[in-house]
Amino acid sequence: MMPELSLNILDLAENSIRAEADFVEITLDENTKDDILTLVIRDNGKGMDGEFVKQITNPFITTRTTRKVGLGIPFVKQITDLCEGELVIDSEPGQGTELKAIMKNSHIDRPPVGDIVSVIHTLIVLNPHIDFLFIYKVDENCYSIDTREWKEILDVVPLNDMNVQKTLKEDLLSGLKKIGRSLI
Amino acid sequence: MTTLDELRKLKEKALDDLKTREGSASAKITVGMGTCGIAAGAREVTTAFMEEIEKRNLKDVIVAQSGCMGYCEQEPLVEVEKDGQKIVYKKVTAEGAKKIVAEHVINGNIVGDMVFATDEK
Repeated sequence: MMPELSLNILDLAENSIRAEADFVEITLDENTKDDILTLVIRDNGKGMDGEFVKQITNPFITTRTTRKVGLGIPFVKQITDLCEGELVIDSEPGQGTELKAIMKNSHIDRPPVGDIVSVIHTLIVLNPHIDFLFIYKVDENCYSIDTREWKEILDVVPLNDMNVQKTLKEDLLSGLKKIGRSLI
Repeated sequence: MTTLDELRKLKEKALDDLKTREGSASAKITVGMGTCGIAAGAREVTTAFMEEIEKRNLKDVIVAQSGCMGYCEQEPLVEVEKDGQKIVYKKVTAEGAKKIVAEHVINGNIVGDMVFATDEK
């Protein structure tokens, strides 16, 4: 298991990247009133057929050729099972994939979100050709960053430019602080 | 949150920097980011590389990522491509990342005790 939910998020986003997505949307929604934490990862990658989705929580199902075991999704399934939640995966070939992990927010087995700033920063900077939309909601407070908006203004300057990297990190840090989630 | 105006200024500054820089990257660092790599600490290693590169102002070094390379037990694996040569380092830590930047990326000396594989025949 991963010690932080943000590492599961990084891992799941890697699935989207391997599915050749050029847009990945990551939403974390903490509803403290109803005590529900929802993670949604949506991509426009190549998707999976129904048969494959049915088997996806089986660790011995993977598209990899480098090894025969895939633990990314089983890890998340384990968390949602432990935390009185559920894992819903909606996918269609050619249409992309939506993964929704729902957990009881205050559950003792719910991993801490952890260093989500580094995860989102890493995803954006290491994959400058992919667009990311990251949304973090804590009840009525919300932070979001959309790299498509940044790219529109930055134009020829890539997101992995050193100056841009720095500003991205500051944006993430100050944005999460504003919604009361300064985790590092 | 960063305002549009701040982003425009950022673009100007980055463009100025780009002008003073020449040619292609001097080194490319690729971190394995499969489930195995992440579980073994690839995120911390990536962050360490990015911080070290920023601290030393190495504007022509690229950090990239790859999936699982098939040697999960050796993760985090990091490939450094420099001067046409590729070296794969194994079990890289944040400290190891700093060492790789200082010794290999900047000075061109391969960090011998961390090498997993090279592309030399």
